[in-house]
Amino acid sequence: MSFLKIQNLDISYKTRKETIIASQNVSFTLEKGEILGVVGESGSGKSTIANAIINQIDPPGEITQGSIQLEDAELCNNEKLIQTFRGKKIGFIFQDPQTSLNPLFTIKEQLVETIQTHLKLSDHEATKRAIQLLKEVGIYDAEKRINNYPHQFSGGMRQRVVIALSICCEPDLLIADEPTTALDVSIQAQILKLIKELTIKRNLAVIIITHDMGVISEITNKVAIMRYGVIVEQGLTKDVLSNPQSLEGKSLIISVPPTNKKIDRFTLISPEGKEITLNSANITKNIIKTWGIRETNNKKILNFENVSKAFDDGSLLKKQDSKDMVKALNDVSFDLIEGETLGLVGESGSGKSTVAKIITGLIKPTSGKISYYSNQLYNDRKVYQPQYSRGQIQMIFQDPYSSLNPRFKVKDIIAEPLKFYQKDLSQQDLLSNIYDLIDIVGMSRQSLDRYPHEFSGGQRQRISIARALATRPRLLICDEPTSALDVSIQAQILNLLKDIQDELHLTMLFISHDLPVIRQMCNRIVVLKDGIVCEINDSESLFNQPQHSYTKKLIDLMPKIESLV
Amino acid sequence: MKIYQKLYDTDIGYSFFNSKVAIISFIIFLLIAFCSFFAEFVSPYDPFDPLNISLMDAFIPPIWSEGGDVKFILGTDQQGRDMLSTIIYGSRISLIVGFASIIFAMLLGIFLGVTSGYLGGKYEIIVMRLTDVQLTIPSILMALLVDGIARAIISKSMHDEMAIYVLIFAIGISEWPQFARVTRASTLVEKNKEYVAASKIIGLSGIYIMFKHILPNILRPVLVIATIGLALAIIAESTLSFLGVGVPPTTPSLGTLIRFGNNFLFSGEWWITFFPAIFLVVLALSINLLGDWMRDALNPKLKKR
Repeated sequence: MSFLKIQNLDISYKTRKETIIASQNVSFTLEKGEILGVVGESGSGKSTIANAIINQIDPPGEITQGSIQLEDAELCNNEKLIQTFRGKKIGFIFQDPQTSLNPLFTIKEQLVETIQTHLKLSDHEATKRAIQLLKEVGIYDAEKRINNYPHQFSGGMRQRVVIALSICCEPDLLIADEPTTALDVSIQAQILKLIKELTIKRNLAVIIITHDMGVISEITNKVAIMRYGVIVEQGLTKDVLSNPQSLEGKSLIISVPPTNKKIDRFTLISPEGKEITLNSANITKNIIKTWGIRETNNKKILNFENVSKAFDDGSLLKKQDSKDMVKALNDVSFDLIEGETLGLVGESGSGKSTVAKIITGLIKPTSGKISYYSNQLYNDRKVYQPQYSRGQIQMIFQDPYSSLNPRFKVKDIIAEPLKFYQKDLSQQDLLSNIYDLIDIVGMSRQSLDRYPHEFSGGQRQRISIARALATRPRLLICDEPTSALDVSIQAQILNLLKDIQDELHLTMLFISHDLPVIRQMCNRIVVLKDGIVCEINDSESLFNQPQHSYTKKLIDLMPKIESLV
Repeated sequence: MKIYQKLYDTDIGYSFFNSKVAIISFIIFLLIAFCSFFAEFVSPYDPFDPLNISLMDAFIPPIWSEGGDVKFILGTDQQGRDMLSTIIYGSRISLIVGFASIIFAMLLGIFLGVTSGYLGGKYEIIVMRLTDVQLTIPSILMALLVDGIARAIISKSMHDEMAIYVLIFAIGISEWPQFARVTRASTLVEKNKEYVAASKIIGLSGIYIMFKHILPNILRPVLVIATIGLALAIIAESTLSFLGVGVPPTTPSLGTLIRFGNNFLFSGEWWITFFPAIFLVVLALSINLLGDWMRDALNPKLKKR
């Protein structure tokens, strides 16, 4: 008899217009000491299954069929029983440690409360136990830190506290829903290591839900790949990753950016199951002819010289150079050469996005010079000088859900910059330009008459790219353009960006926290940490012989899917 | 039928057709609006045509009371005017003043709210302190103040003609801070979204971004407070007219009618003040309930699953 056994589980959401099937005929088993990875793209029903186990499906969702058995106890729709299991037998780790702890209670209060709910311990014993747990999950000075509030811990530390909370009553089953998605690479590695250690030490059964194949390959023994609520493939991680059988499995694994080599284009899997590595975009459109001939002759397109940015606290009494000011950028210098892709990599808070915002004039630098070709982008009084760039610097944003105005049709979104820069454009030329742009990014012309909310994240990102291209840019800044997308969509978007760059001789500044993606996209890389440049080097030399200790650490810690294959 | 199906399919339409309160109050409101708009055709008499009025008909009680007259369903006032007709004509004035003043407040409030939210800095501080000051002055007092100033400036002969505009201005000026506050708060949220950043990078001007990009995205809360504000404005108009600083007695609004009737309340002619008052309550209540429903329906957090 397996420890956890799920059989033919069907979950559906009945809404007014349709019934959405979130999972269909899902079956798997899990033994103690095993880590099962559930992987799939967004909307594939991964989280729904986790929530079904603890009977926490949001209404109107309901389990319509199937059974969930934990050590012979039937959990399905048995709220009374599951209430005694939650926290005691089953521990849960949520995605975002910022919100899964109550900010108004100390860590001690939250731990003791959970412990006393399930175990009959006195205050003193419970506290002792809490301290011991915190030590176990790697929090130093636990006796003191236990009296702190959540905001006094960093993101990674908070996730450790959440883990401590989830194991405080010695559960047998641990469910982690995207436990490291909100964390930086270096902290992700620590948390994964911790989960792995706990699994062995406490003989836990663990279910990890993730979209990241790197995480899967790092810690799981078994893996189940989901798509549209159905498990399309499951087996030992090693087998599945090295030799995926299903279409979905192949497509998921092949689109993961390799960490150990640079490839020209990502291979995609067509719906028929064929591998395609085509140079797809047919970009020789009329609109490109209007851009004029562009050559790349190793000129400096952008020069960033000793730029610093300090955020003041917004008080009316301004104090220059006070120590309280947060320095987002500290003496940052780099060049961008025509036609290259420069990667900007760093963890959250390293100042990557600040660089992009300064170049585009969204925020002002505190000091330093930024020149576009030979012109200064900021005058002596730190006022942005848009006339020098005239729309030639464009940006693609991270969040495809907020970067398009929800009240504008796609047509109007793309037409806006066209109209703004070419006031004398006739209605007919405008339309043909819009058609060309939407063709370039590989979307159908029918989509022009629709609103952004009708499209998926990847499609929206394509619309964003079309909008950015409308002003005939020379420099394209991509600020984490794929971090909100599924891995196969990411591969498509990255291919598209490469195609566009080749055809249009664009220079790109590519900002990301994702090292494998950076390696695939960039010629040179700038490594940022806490607003300071650690290292600038060609991307291959940087990955093969990192010089700076921080770069070494980052490369060392990035999850490698190849480690198993 | 097709239009009905389409409406029913939208979330807001579905919520509307499943809310009895919303449907009933909407029908009542439509009925009142329709009657007052087409008062010439709907009302049995034209109460302002001296040919129709006969002092002989004064003080006739409603039809079901003793001494009632079939000709005057709700009775007549001291000049022999049919109550039903005067109420219908009066509600027209009330509605016009209500709508106009709320539109005036909306335009002013939205402009100041969006610009102060978007531009920030000292301008924002000044505008927001101005709304604070405005909110400390009771709206009736503000309206009386405006009316007093208007009386001092405008000559007596002009005053009756101008009275309605003064009233609109007076009510509008006391309602705008609501709009300014709500639009500013929503603008602060919207302006940090990436589509606004994208528009800035394209090079679009601030005014264009504010009114073409941000404004359409923040209209939902504005719609809600405009609806509830409309009821408030109608009540404010009635209050001012009741106090005698509103529209002139020659073109009475609901408030004016209540004031007239008030003089006769204790001499037994209760219907002269009762019916306009009931009418006002029904009108304001239906708009308020509609606003309540709209607030729930447009709020994604309160949406029923």
